[in-house]
Amino acid sequence: MSATTTTTAPAARPAAEPAPRHTTGSGRWTASGMLLPFGAFYVVFLLGPLVYTGIAGFFNGSLVKGGLGSWVGLENYRQALGSADFWSSLGHTIWFTVLTTVPLILIALALALMTDRVSRGKWFFRLAFFAPFMLPSSVISLLFMWIYADEIGLAGSVAKLLGVDAPPSWLGDPNWAMISIAAATVWWTVGFNFVIYLAALQEIPREVHEAAAIDGAGPWQRLRLVVVPMLGRATTLVAVLQLVASLKVFDQIYMMTNGGPDDVTRPSLLYVYQTGFTDGRAGYASTVALLLFVIILLISLVWFALIRRTEKEA
Amino acid sequence: MATLTRAPARTAAASARTGNRYGVRYAGSERLFNRVTLGVLLALALLWLAPLAWALATSIRTPAELATDPTAWISDNPTLANYREVLGAGRIPYWYVNSFITSALTTLLTVCTASLAAFALSRLRFRYRRPVFLLILAGVMIPPQLLMIPHFQTLQITGMLNTYWAVILPQVPNVVAVFVFKQFFDGIPVELTDAARADGASWLRIYWQIVMPLSRPAISAVTIFVFVWSWNNFLWPLLAVTDPQMMTLPVGLTSVQDAFGLPQAQLMASAVLGALPLLTVFLFFQRRIVEGIAGTGLK
Repeated sequence: MSATTTTTAPAARPAAEPAPRHTTGSGRWTASGMLLPFGAFYVVFLLGPLVYTGIAGFFNGSLVKGGLGSWVGLENYRQALGSADFWSSLGHTIWFTVLTTVPLILIALALALMTDRVSRGKWFFRLAFFAPFMLPSSVISLLFMWIYADEIGLAGSVAKLLGVDAPPSWLGDPNWAMISIAAATVWWTVGFNFVIYLAALQEIPREVHEAAAIDGAGPWQRLRLVVVPMLGRATTLVAVLQLVASLKVFDQIYMMTNGGPDDVTRPSLLYVYQTGFTDGRAGYASTVALLLFVIILLISLVWFALIRRTEKEA
Repeated sequence: MATLTRAPARTAAASARTGNRYGVRYAGSERLFNRVTLGVLLALALLWLAPLAWALATSIRTPAELATDPTAWISDNPTLANYREVLGAGRIPYWYVNSFITSALTTLLTVCTASLAAFALSRLRFRYRRPVFLLILAGVMIPPQLLMIPHFQTLQITGMLNTYWAVILPQVPNVVAVFVFKQFFDGIPVELTDAARADGASWLRIYWQIVMPLSRPAISAVTIFVFVWSWNNFLWPLLAVTDPQMMTLPVGLTSVQDAFGLPQAQLMASAVLGALPLLTVFLFFQRRIVEGIAGTGLK
């Protein structure tokens, strides 16, 4: 490739001179040297641990004793796949994902469409919807544990104002706990998707709006028939990122309910955490973590393929 | 539906008259549509700000007021006593310092290692360049949560748990940072580095004196994002640090929450203190942050 690129480029330098950017001899050492700092971190803290997790899954290692433990073959896999706790935690993860992904796409889209129409004071809306996203998960949890508190919480008093005589125990009622956490999550993270949509709307040329308006399309029609269909790429991006993020939920659940009541809000990652760090079963937890990774990967791939197809049809 | 007339020309005057960036002059019904939109949007914005406002309002109330009406918004005699108590008795000042040190060092190490690697991948031609790049990119697929057990064991063996390094080191290999830097470096004209090379400059010097000074936008984007992400990181510091004195702010706040006796107003004061640093960062770097997010996947 070296010779051809130099000759096709308008000769800024004599053709005879070897292209300086091609490294030979000592240059190879330069390349290795420059890659080394990052490479070392990459191998020690990413690649190595990944391989180790894969191997540890075949042993019965414990965090207390350290080390791999003794070989158990596929026993951990058999146990995990046969465990009701494993499957129910996966179910809770998926339930949380459904509860958050759909509203987080639709609400972000609606907020962005409305904000895009505002001529003045856009910064205010960007601030209002995006600011929560910047906050640490523990601040969110602290805040919402009080909002959801029985008797003295804000959510209960608002519900009473709206005419609900006996508001449920938001985080204590098995039927409501996950919904409550999902609602807090939507409030917290919608800003990210909102900003992506807002940027996509900004990219739509003004001529498109004008042309549609001249053709007599009203605001609602322009929205439905012109603007929304042009947001396909942004929607793909938002949907994929959102799905992956939701499947990895941990922080807010760990803090707000720690999986309760009766484990109904325990997601897969919390199950990994509990088997690994509470029960100290490092080998088994590695197996569950790896299984979870494979399942997330599969769901993401299927999801991505589905979105791609509907996008093409649209 | 609505009758529309086209704005005469796309001039500043025209858009000032029509009051929107599309240069479309709205007829009556359209103006109504806009007003309804604005109204709905304002209501939603207030709804979004309400939890934060409530935390703020609660944090400056007295225990007596909270006892009589726990969810009221207005305090008759607002007080900063809750903040004084939380800051004085609690460990929040330590957590601020710990969070700042670990996030700053993580960011520094990430920017240095990732930019250097990206430079080699962008400018140097060596064998296995493409496989190496693909291998690094594949790291995106590895969820950090999958790695928490081996990380814990590594740092346990080396005796680094409960130190800053335990929090920092596993966060350093940031694949996205390498990708952002490489994209940016690829856009810098080859002629520039070639000329320096012809003059006999070493690659390291070219990286440090030519490419990095030109890459301020990329450096600041990576800096802001890694810093915010590291500051907010929860699961890993939760495992790496058990000594309350060494905790980062997000992890420390959890222990506040566990301390049952703490009154509501003090908890809300803690939450506000936990929120302040990043809200400040956001106010200062609003444009950079928003543009950074918008640019991640759209281009």
